[in-house]
Amino acid sequence: MTFPHRHLLGIEHLSPADITAILDLADTYAELNRQPQKHGDALRGLTQINMFFENSTRTQASFEIAGKRLGADVMNMAMQASSIKKGETLIDTAMSLNAMHPDLLVVRHPQSGAVDLLAQKVNCAVLNAGDGRHEHPTQALLDGLTIRRAKGRLHRLSIAICGDIAHSRVARSNILLLGKMENRIRLVGPPTLMPSQIDQFGVEVFDDMEKGLRDVDVVMMLRLQKERMDGGFIPSEREYYHRFGLDAEKLAHAKPDAIVMHPGPMNRGVEIDGTLADDINRSVIQDQVEMGVAVRMAAMDLLARNLRMARSA
Amino acid sequence: MTATLLTNARLIDPERGLEFPGSLLVEDGRIAAVMEDPAGADAASARVVDCGGLHLAPGIVDLGVKVCEPGERHKESYRSAGLAAAAGGVTTMVTRPDTDPPIDNPETLEFVTRRAKEASPVNVVPMAALTKARAGREMTEIGFLMDAGAVAFTDCDRVIADTRVFSRAMTYAGSLGALIVAHPQEPGLSRGAAATSGKFASLRGLPAVSPMAERMGLDRDIALIEMTGARYHADQITTARALPALERAKRNGLDITAGVGVHHLTLNALDVADYRTFFKLKPPLRDEDDRLAVVEAVASGLIDIVCSMHTPQDEESKRLPFEEAASGAVGLETLLPAALRLVHADAVPLAVLWRALSLNPARRLGLPGGRLSAGAPADLVLFDMNAPFVLDRATLRSKSLNTPFDGMRMQGRVRATYVAGSQIYEAP
Repeated sequence: MTFPHRHLLGIEHLSPADITAILDLADTYAELNRQPQKHGDALRGLTQINMFFENSTRTQASFEIAGKRLGADVMNMAMQASSIKKGETLIDTAMSLNAMHPDLLVVRHPQSGAVDLLAQKVNCAVLNAGDGRHEHPTQALLDGLTIRRAKGRLHRLSIAICGDIAHSRVARSNILLLGKMENRIRLVGPPTLMPSQIDQFGVEVFDDMEKGLRDVDVVMMLRLQKERMDGGFIPSEREYYHRFGLDAEKLAHAKPDAIVMHPGPMNRGVEIDGTLADDINRSVIQDQVEMGVAVRMAAMDLLARNLRMARSA
Repeated sequence: MTATLLTNARLIDPERGLEFPGSLLVEDGRIAAVMEDPAGADAASARVVDCGGLHLAPGIVDLGVKVCEPGERHKESYRSAGLAAAAGGVTTMVTRPDTDPPIDNPETLEFVTRRAKEASPVNVVPMAALTKARAGREMTEIGFLMDAGAVAFTDCDRVIADTRVFSRAMTYAGSLGALIVAHPQEPGLSRGAAATSGKFASLRGLPAVSPMAERMGLDRDIALIEMTGARYHADQITTARALPALERAKRNGLDITAGVGVHHLTLNALDVADYRTFFKLKPPLRDEDDRLAVVEAVASGLIDIVCSMHTPQDEESKRLPFEEAASGAVGLETLLPAALRLVHADAVPLAVLWRALSLNPARRLGLPGGRLSAGAPADLVLFDMNAPFVLDRATLRSKSLNTPFDGMRMQGRVRATYVAGSQIYEAP
């Protein structure tokens, strides 16, 4: 199994074969994670640093568990509390960390492209844990794995991505990944939350949720990113919930066996009905979290193999 | 001063829109005679310089150069900018007031004028801020600033959002015959934007502005010109949608001209690629359709002036995430070879391009240069329009090296530059 990339910065640069390689390996890790003895040694001796310039609980925990299960020495750096506050630039921070010889750098940053910039300056493997509104590749991969396990395939499915597309890196990475795997993608949401010329990404765009959900296999809800909005994208949360919040009535337009996904954290009662989110017959939200660890183990394993190969060459 | 006879040249006369083999007699810092004979007339005492068949044209008048004095001399000084200009065939820099502090009072203007005189080998004519601190609230001392030598008034890339303030400044400036240089942009729509909205910005997840914001800004300004009778120049028109409004305003006889930076004529939004901050400009680079429309507007003369929008930024302000990074690119030395791309692509004839580079800006600002005729100042550039090279930014004379053309193939090099008859640059 080859994975011809030094970093995992986005889905944009991956081929369908790369995606399948990660998902196949992640499947085996998903099994490992269900054993009482969960330890592998793919990352033994390696140092993994999680640099989060933006608050995150679940993604950071997921990367941390993934690293520890594979034997890496994992360190978390809460960048908001550190030198950035003292005026150090991103590149200087990266260079300093680089001098400590980490092997895997997991980075989240509030600005699009910041992780790409950082990756140019270090000689370890960099994993993008979300940059601005740009990409969140491991989220798209874990979504892909969840869909593949629930539906038995990751192609020729009809998938609706609903809500705040404009501010969502999850949406961008998923549009790219699901498109590369040859699925039909629908985007559903108010036009104020659609990026411009999004119709040129090989997707169908709907501003009517019932039409958008008709006969889809997968309903992927997005979080309304209130913290990224500078006002006036929607009239109110209650009107948004009325028109674009997922409830049983709207879901009835999808296929009877359609699954419901959400990348979390959820705004219950804003974009999704709480009862529906907890319905184990429809919601795969907990599976997404579980697959997150497996996908991150797989991604770091593949990058570490390349790292070892490059160093022994 | 002895006379110099420049023979065997290919002359560009932007006034007549002609390009022809000829020679030029320079005496006492002025053009004494333009001759259609490459050998030149017999001028016994003149020193003869053989131009080797290369192009000889009036020096470029670059409207909108930022020299970072006062405040940020480490980015660009009058000395370094002047040397860069000389190497780029720019014989007059029309400087911007967006320094730190801004040039918004006669004392600061006198300081920079003195610095320019001491340090720059090329002519420098300054613009001053239109409002104090470029804050868009109170107009500057336009009269005093004109007395001190300001040739135009501009808040540079800051839009005066308060239309009442802008209309008063235009009315006042209009009564003095002062030229206003404005940045047409709807400030609400463009707030926080780092890219032009469209497929590329959506893919990269960058905050973006619709190209329509430029037209909205221009439409407002045109209404104000009609209302106040001010003399107005739009610093950069970069979108197809703004062009019909400009065309209409000109047809209606308003005193309006428009410019465009060379980067918007030669690059498009896709050049940003993987967040390359040297391609971050203000306004942001546009789609290819817009670029083509604007090139056509230069060819037709609808857009009057092509400039470098020289904006030095140090590495620290560019080596940042794209949204945080500073906007702007240096351009004094690359203006000519970049603009020649349009000639090599058969999009704009050389003599027409030259009008936009020298004659039109000089005329608009009431400067004596930009012409190739007897009596005009002997500000000249001799260049080889076909010489190919690969740009290495380390060779630039600017203190800041933020050019988007690094590593790109270019065609056209300056061989010599003259200001008032004296040679101030010779290609190494």
